Amino acid sequence: MATSIEPNDSIDSVASPPTTWDVSWDRAFRGMTHVFSWMTILLVLYILYEIGGKAVPAIQEFGLSFITGTTWDANKGEFGVLPEIWGTLYSSLLALAIASFFGVSIAIFLTQDFLPTYLEVVFKNIVELLAAIPSVVYGLWGIYVVIPAIRPAANWVHEHFEWIPFFKTSLSGPGILPASLVLAIMILPTVSAISRDAISSVPHKLKEAAFGLGATRWEAIFGVIIPASATGIFGSLVLGFGRALGETMALAMLVGNSNQLTVSLFSPANTLAALLANNFPEAGKQEEQVLMYAALLLMAITLGVNIFGAAIMRRASAHMKGATK
Amino acid sequence: MAGLTVCLLFSGCSSRSSDSSGGDAADSVKLTGSGASFPFPLYDRWFKEYSRAHDDVQIDYQAKGSGAGIKDFTNGTVDFGASDAAMTDEEIAEVGQGVQLLPMTAGEVVLAYNLPGVEELKLSRDAYTGIFLGKVTNWTDPLIADANPGAKLPDEDITVVRRADSSGTTFVFTQHLSAISEEWANGPGTGKTVVWPDSDKIVASPKNDGVTATITQTPGAIGYIEYGYAKLTKLAMASLENKAGNFVLPSLESGQAALSNVEMPADLRAWLPDPPGDQAFPIVSYTWLLCYKKYEDPKQAEALKEVVKYCLTDGQKISDEMGYVPLPEDVVAKVTAALDAIQ
Repeated sequence: MATSIEPNDSIDSVASPPTTWDVSWDRAFRGMTHVFSWMTILLVLYILYEIGGKAVPAIQEFGLSFITGTTWDANKGEFGVLPEIWGTLYSSLLALAIASFFGVSIAIFLTQDFLPTYLEVVFKNIVELLAAIPSVVYGLWGIYVVIPAIRPAANWVHEHFEWIPFFKTSLSGPGILPASLVLAIMILPTVSAISRDAISSVPHKLKEAAFGLGATRWEAIFGVIIPASATGIFGSLVLGFGRALGETMALAMLVGNSNQLTVSLFSPANTLAALLANNFPEAGKQEEQVLMYAALLLMAITLGVNIFGAAIMRRASAHMKGATK
Repeated sequence: MAGLTVCLLFSGCSSRSSDSSGGDAADSVKLTGSGASFPFPLYDRWFKEYSRAHDDVQIDYQAKGSGAGIKDFTNGTVDFGASDAAMTDEEIAEVGQGVQLLPMTAGEVVLAYNLPGVEELKLSRDAYTGIFLGKVTNWTDPLIADANPGAKLPDEDITVVRRADSSGTTFVFTQHLSAISEEWANGPGTGKTVVWPDSDKIVASPKNDGVTATITQTPGAIGYIEYGYAKLTKLAMASLENKAGNFVLPSLESGQAALSNVEMPADLRAWLPDPPGDQAFPIVSYTWLLCYKKYEDPKQAEALKEVVKYCLTDGQKISDEMGYVPLPEDVVAKVTAALDAIQ
């Protein structure tokens, strides 16, 4: 943490008025950012319009029973996605719980001078490289490595703690737990990278002040640094959760695609994204509309999570400002 | 989420923009097709070899699945389609130019299992319908054990692996189960996707390769896949009880035995839900090429007919090594005759 340049001791002290080029470039850039931000908003609205438009017949036909129904029978035209909604939230929350623990730990480990700087860079890059692995590869890795690795432990837990609903069934292979574990690794780079940025942007002086008051290293980390960067860390969790909700291919391969409502970690289940991936290519006209409805729901859930996250973040940061005043 | 929407948009675009049917270059003819993934390895090889021998014909086949093949074919975005479930009368009625269905090869759907130490497994009709109905749940169940004296069957739950996506393989398999079991016919029934019994021990994987991988990695698993996939990955395959009451292993001979006893009707849509014959493997199906009866470009029709003729003659010779069952002589003759309907 050698570089702590304060904004006011800038090196370039020779002041000169901005040239016309500077000004016009500035304006052009400003205009461009405006255009791009509006385009993003319009794109989201357009996607909503397209998917929503195609989903309208299905919404009219099935209405709320689509959300509460538990059968998916394309032959009889009976559609319900409650198991998928449940599976999406369950697997994502589980993945988030795992990833937040490890992701934030990694972020602390990589920012609080536990390692020499060059090692920090190496570790940071390795963690971020996880984001570059394609989803299908994660899926295959899950099938060939994760499932065989956790099977003995899972079955031991099942045998001894069968009375706990989470362990009610034995692990046959694909299921909630392997899916969540792989999902957790997939969102780990998101969580750790953003948390790391948040933690390293805590002013160095704050930490020094804590040490000055006699705090130990861990007291400084948990009492000062983490609370001060809580907003950013929470933001990373919301982003990670959003990613987990929409993750498709790895889940289609690992979750078991079984249309059932279950709390058992070892049971096969299904998610909205996997449902779409598996059924979309061959969907008939009616099923296509129904799938669009499901896509709309997935989008609503993701947007909901993000809005909820943003709201909490806002409240948290307001609280923080109050504390530092 | 972003990934998903991009993927949706992309698939939307690609299906719309792929209706280029070539023909603008003076000499060369381009044929595009899509559909069944079950015969893909064989089709791919046929088309490649044909294109190599004929510079002026270029064939492009995408294994999207039978349902998608029928959809593309009906929408006219391809020059030919392919499907394991043929086409229904309603589907045929939707195609203005008329449809000529051509059985090209046949394949066996096998039950592959993962039981270390059990090299031979005989499954009676009651046993395997019971397994897929979720009623026979342990490998030591008397229904299985009685037919396999001496086999070291583990006291383990049976994990059933099925297809997660809509699939011709599922269609062939469920059609067979419906034919031999009333309970299956009244329950899940026949279809490219069906509603499987509720069970923690029935898991689904996408595509033939996904099912194969899941079986390989799951001790105590059993699932249905195309013969070629099981042969390629050296998975153990169960002998199944056929209509005559014999236990038959999937093989070229048992597949041919199944085909030999089935009469091919005039519309070339022959179903073999439960073929007769002492040595016939019980789950066998033809797979079809879908052609229009009328093509706008006569050159295309001509090229397509030539390709099919090649597949029916030289092509059949490599069916076996790729894990498919060559068509019987009389079927080849009937299909060749049917080519006249394509203009």
